[in-house]
Amino acid sequence: MGWAMPRGVLTTCILVLVALACVPLMESRYLIDLSTEILVYVLFALSLNVIIGFSGNVSFGHAAYFAIGGYANAILLTTYEWPLFLSFPAAVVLSAAAAAFVAYFCTRLTDIYFAMLTLAFSMLVWAIAFKWRSVTGGDDGFVGVNVPEFLNSRVPFFYFTLVIVTTSIATLWMICHSAFGQTLIAVRENLTRAGFIGVNTRMMRCAAFIVAGTFAGVAGAIFAMYNRGVYTESAFWTESAQVLIMTLLGGMYSVFGPAIGATTLYLLERFANEYTEYWPTVLGVILLVIVLVLPEGLVGLAKRIRGHIAGGN
Amino acid sequence: MDMLLSSPTFVFIQVLNSISLGMNLFIIAAGLSLIFGVLRVINFAHGVFYMFGAYIMYSISKEMELGFVTGVVAAGLGLSIIAIVIERGLFQWLYDKEHLMQLLLTFAIVLIMGDLAKIIWGTDQLSVSYPEGLSGATNLGVTFYPTYRLTLAVIGPLIFIGLFLMIERTRWGRLTRAATQDMEMLSALGINVPVIYVTIFLIGSALAGIGGALAAPINSPTPGMDATIIVECFVIVIIGGLGSLWGSFVGALVYGFVFNFGSVIVPNWQDVFAFLLLMVVLLWRPWGLFGKPEREGQ
Repeated sequence: MGWAMPRGVLTTCILVLVALACVPLMESRYLIDLSTEILVYVLFALSLNVIIGFSGNVSFGHAAYFAIGGYANAILLTTYEWPLFLSFPAAVVLSAAAAAFVAYFCTRLTDIYFAMLTLAFSMLVWAIAFKWRSVTGGDDGFVGVNVPEFLNSRVPFFYFTLVIVTTSIATLWMICHSAFGQTLIAVRENLTRAGFIGVNTRMMRCAAFIVAGTFAGVAGAIFAMYNRGVYTESAFWTESAQVLIMTLLGGMYSVFGPAIGATTLYLLERFANEYTEYWPTVLGVILLVIVLVLPEGLVGLAKRIRGHIAGGN
Repeated sequence: MDMLLSSPTFVFIQVLNSISLGMNLFIIAAGLSLIFGVLRVINFAHGVFYMFGAYIMYSISKEMELGFVTGVVAAGLGLSIIAIVIERGLFQWLYDKEHLMQLLLTFAIVLIMGDLAKIIWGTDQLSVSYPEGLSGATNLGVTFYPTYRLTLAVIGPLIFIGLFLMIERTRWGRLTRAATQDMEMLSALGINVPVIYVTIFLIGSALAGIGGALAAPINSPTPGMDATIIVECFVIVIIGGLGSLWGSFVGALVYGFVFNFGSVIVPNWQDVFAFLLLMVVLLWRPWGLFGKPEREGQ
């Protein structure tokens, strides 16, 4: 498999991109904000999918890298008054470094142990953000992020997000469809056999973890500027669970499934919050449905329905 | 820090604090580990079970004024009933599915029960008073120490011994251990494996409830207490080794000491010390102090 996208996927991507680029023309603040937030979550969910869909491990602590990217970008921009073109890459590098550190420990384990350990590390990040008040603002959050002049209004910020997210997703696509991505799938499908044919499985799992952490950091760094602040909740394990649910709702083994899942879940949350304060219960019920009825997510459901129709004819 | 070097009494009190905290956490972590050992499910909802235990204690002992012991019993019974419903209604369909699906199922329970607790008990911090006769301090010769914390330090080991005897010395315990080894063979020999599963899940969950009820006078019941305790339990069982009773016992004690002495040496950073310890243990023994190395295909 090369880097080229199947024609149908490519057409869809271009259509979605054009539609998104036209969003500001509708002159609705609500729509622009909604699209910006969805773009960030789509990237976040797609980054997690590198670990789950391609290396077969489940990270329950992915929010940590989102939060590190966010805090680093916010602190460098505001406290240290770095320019954006330095602070943003620095924040991403820091997320990648943190992911590499955690990956070193976590890839010693697999399966449930791996999931628990990633969760424990993310709670360590949360604890540090919570306790290191002088730098992170503690439980008040880090507020008043110094966003550069040219991104200070809604429309330029939306385009900035669109460009970064699109570039990141294209990069993720290339990574996942390179020899590296294919080797990861081999590791996911059979760890022992992949090892027998000479793949350094632990190194591959480490690399997948780092790639995922890096792009979560990108998403976090954008979100910190969008929100003009970063809060400790962004590193809390429930946040990690939320992005995990986004990935699964869409369908983890497909490349764009998590994007669909992130969009669906985000819109559902917005919608549900207008009617009920019990969003967690709604989310819990969605999760029960995924686990008991839709283990392959929405993309799997679509395939099943299509199969039915084709079979009926 | 200076106090540690200059005052033996202070050190003694810190040692007791560590044991008391460790033993309270042991009760909860042992339930989590027991369930994992047999069912091979990591129950994220264990923390929310603990929270329900604490809330039930509040309702029974404070609102209904039925007394502290009734509260502990009610918490254990209440969680047993919840456990049976969840195991029979949901879990049993997932034993042959991927671990991920089981994890997510337990997380769905966390979300739904967390909201349920808010509906029933509200979002305020509630207070539970110490049981009668245990509210004062005991004279230990060198110093006075809160009687209730001392009681916790005694209850933990008693539960440990009880669990140990049950698993190691009874026929039922032998069957349970056999179920962890080869469930299909056990079933072929005519043993009703589902009954073992539901019983283990019930005992583990009841331990979470009892642990929550016992912690209620010290940790006021409040929303969000479930998230903290589950992470503490994870750290303990990873240090000790999942599925090992000894592991939870030693892991909980170690956690108690690191947490308490950490907070004395560098206040506020005790959580970070616990994680550092976790990393050291993992570098040395990735499967925990008393755990067994993972087998392929599990």
